[in-house]
Amino acid sequence: MIRLFITGIVIGITGAIAALYYVPAVDQKREASIIAVTPNGGNAERFHVNIPGDRIMLGAHGRQTALPEGMRWPEDDILAGTQAELFKLRNQRDVVIGVASRLAVSNAEIGNVVEWVLHLPARGSLFASLEPAMRDDGRPGELRGGTGEFSELSGALSERWVATSSDVDVGADGVNGRIELVASYIAARVEVAPDVVDVDAEADE
Amino acid sequence: MRYLVSLLLGIVCGALIAAGFLYFNPAAQDALSPLAVSGQQQVVLNFSAVPGEAIVFTNDGESRTPPRPDKVSQLWEAPIRKTTVLVTALKDYRGSTVGIGVKISSMSEATRLLNNEAIVESAWHIVLPRQGTMQIGQTENHWNYLREIVVPAHWSAADNWKGNWRGMLSSGPNALGTARVFGGSGRYVGAELEAVEYLSTSAYSVRTGPVAADGQLIIELSQEQTRVAGSPDP
Repeated sequence: MIRLFITGIVIGITGAIAALYYVPAVDQKREASIIAVTPNGGNAERFHVNIPGDRIMLGAHGRQTALPEGMRWPEDDILAGTQAELFKLRNQRDVVIGVASRLAVSNAEIGNVVEWVLHLPARGSLFASLEPAMRDDGRPGELRGGTGEFSELSGALSERWVATSSDVDVGADGVNGRIELVASYIAARVEVAPDVVDVDAEADE
Repeated sequence: MRYLVSLLLGIVCGALIAAGFLYFNPAAQDALSPLAVSGQQQVVLNFSAVPGEAIVFTNDGESRTPPRPDKVSQLWEAPIRKTTVLVTALKDYRGSTVGIGVKISSMSEATRLLNNEAIVESAWHIVLPRQGTMQIGQTENHWNYLREIVVPAHWSAADNWKGNWRGMLSSGPNALGTARVFGGSGRYVGAELEAVEYLSTSAYSVRTGPVAADGQLIIELSQEQTRVAGSPDP
C-alpha cells in the first residue's frame, strides 16, 4: 500500500506539472482580423468607435458634464487644454475587439497634439500620433510603435468623423456618429544590431 | 478500496508538493531594475494604485474590485473581458499633479505559472502638459505580487494583508526587463526610451483588492531629452 501511495505522489507531481504546462492559464477570446491589401503595398485595417455608445470616458478641464457620471476630473490648472477620452474599439463586423485611448492637447508648451493608443488584448497595442489639422478626408497620422504583433510594424493611422442622421442614440453632447480609424501597416521595422553590421563589413573586407 | 484511497491520497499529496514547490520557489525573487544603476536623468511619476482613488477604473464588472465611478461602462464583451483600464492623475515627488495617465492592461496568454510568470500586457498613454506625451508598451509579471500579497491575504483569517511590499512589475518587452517608451510630442517627440513600473503596497483586502497602494513609473531620459530640458550632460 505504501508503494501505491508513493506512486500516487509521483503521478500527482507529474500531473500537476503537465497540467500547468499544457493547460493555458489565460485564453483570450480572439476575433479574426479583417485586413485588406493596399494598392501601394502593405496592409490596411479599419476600426471604428460608435459615439456615444462606445465612449467610456470624456475628461477635460472645465467641462460641466462628467462622463461617466460621477467622475471627478482633476481641476488643476496644468491640465487646461488637455482632453482625454476612452472608447471601446470595434472592427468592421461591428464587434468590440479592444479599448482605445485618445488624447488631445492644446497649450503653449507642447502645441497641438492628437494621439491614439489602440489596445487589442489578443494581439497587442498600437501607438499613433496624428497631425493636429483636420483635412477633408480626415486627420492623418503616423504609427510611432507598438507591442505584440504590432511591435515590428510601422505605418500610418488616420481618423475621420462620420456623423449619422439618426436621432435615436444622441449623446450628452448632442452628437452621434462614429470615429473611423484606418491603420496602414506599410513597412516592417527592421533593427540590425551594430555587431551584426560589423561582422558583415569584416566579411566584405 | 484501501488501495484506491491510498493512490488518490498520494496523487493529492503529489499535487500539493508541486504547488508548494511553485509557491516557495526561491528562484522567483525580485530582480533589480537596470534603471536603478543608470547614470541618466529620469522622470519619476507617482500615482495611486488603489482603484477606488482613480479618476476612472473599469473592468468586466464581475471582478472583486468594483469599477469607479459606479456608472462607468464595463468591459463585458468577450474580447476585452480580461482587460482593465485605470485613469489616474500623475504626480511629481512633491505630490503636485503633473499630468494624466491612462493604463490599459490585459491578462496575457504568455502566462506560465510553471515558470513563475503571471503575465499582464499593458499600454500607458501619458500626457504631461508642460513636457509632452508618451506611450508605453509594457509586459508585467505579477507573480511576486500574487505570491507575497494576494495569496497570504486569502490565507489570512481576516481576509486581508498588511505590511510593506515594493516590487517591480515591469518584465519587458526590452531585453533587460524594461518597458518600451515611445515619445509622442514636446520634449519627448520621436524618442524611444526605457521605463520601469514599481508597485508599493501596504494593505490588501480580499473583498475589494488593494486598499493602500502606490505606483511609480520611472522613465529614463536619453542625453537628447536631458539637453532639451536645459540640464548639463550627465
